[in-house]
Amino acid sequence: MSIAVYIGVMALVTYLIRMLPFTFFRKQIKSRFIKSVLYYLPYAVLTAMTFPAIFYSTGKPIAASIGTAVALLLSYFDLPLIVVSVAASLAALFAGLMY
Amino acid sequence: MKNFSRGIVDGIPIMLGYLSVSFGFGILVMKSGLSVLSAVMISATNLTSAGQVAGLSVIVAGGTLIELIFCQLVINIRYSLMGFSLSQKLDSSFKTPQRLIVSFGITDEIFAVASAQKGKINARYMYGLITISFVGWVSGTLLGAVAGEFLPSQVTDALGLMLYAMFIAIIVPPAKKNYRVLFVVLFALALSLFVTYVCTFISAGFSVIICALISSVICALVFPISEEEEV
Repeated sequence: MSIAVYIGVMALVTYLIRMLPFTFFRKQIKSRFIKSVLYYLPYAVLTAMTFPAIFYSTGKPIAASIGTAVALLLSYFDLPLIVVSVAASLAALFAGLMY
Repeated sequence: MKNFSRGIVDGIPIMLGYLSVSFGFGILVMKSGLSVLSAVMISATNLTSAGQVAGLSVIVAGGTLIELIFCQLVINIRYSLMGFSLSQKLDSSFKTPQRLIVSFGITDEIFAVASAQKGKINARYMYGLITISFVGWVSGTLLGAVAGEFLPSQVTDALGLMLYAMFIAIIVPPAKKNYRVLFVVLFALALSLFVTYVCTFISAGFSVIICALISSVICALVFPISEEEEV
């Protein structure tokens, strides 16, 4: 299938998700269960997207593991997103050059 | 124009953050074997990090459009909620056309800045905020995709980790402070490893959807949120 079709569909779906409630709905969601699911969903999505994919994100799993460890450690200390991601990439780079 | 320029100024930190993150996305697209134009088109039409990475993985795997649509729905559904929330804060400058335009720019960071504003928000303010963020996101993608062609492979390999590291930096601080978030994160982690290594017939795109939905539903049943935690 053409890449353009994928991109077009992806863009359309993402836009509709944003546009429909923002433009047409004015009510509040009442269900506590649905609100709870929506509250937890971003964390679950990010976790499932990151693991185990991060271990294969660089050429070498050992370098990726070191980068992951650095990211976990620095984010534990609440460092800004950009600091964590650059430091983790640098760690993976040096680990990749060494091993 | 005053509101527009105020939006630009408030959006500068977002732009800088987006520049570096989308640089990583540009690299990721090139490593996946797509063109510079595809990279820029994805970023210019989607303006979202997690959704684009997930969408890219479906495209690279040659997944079906149904898989792509479900994937975007699950990952980006939080924007619907942010849209609900923001729609309560709009001033009279918002008619239907303004709503149609501004909804394109609802992202985690723009939502965060806009909802932190005191009182109602103006359409021109949102235009400024979205414009500067959009410029950062698209130009970072372009730079990353172009740099990906001539940077040594060791460097692009290491940069491939960047977006995932950012996701970790988003997850860890709240998980540290809130045991229920920690629970959903650990649950999703275990489930994702299980599905990836044991249920190998499930594709990467569906794995994310299944793991995310199951773990959030279970967590919502075990630990329903209280009023003040609402998005």
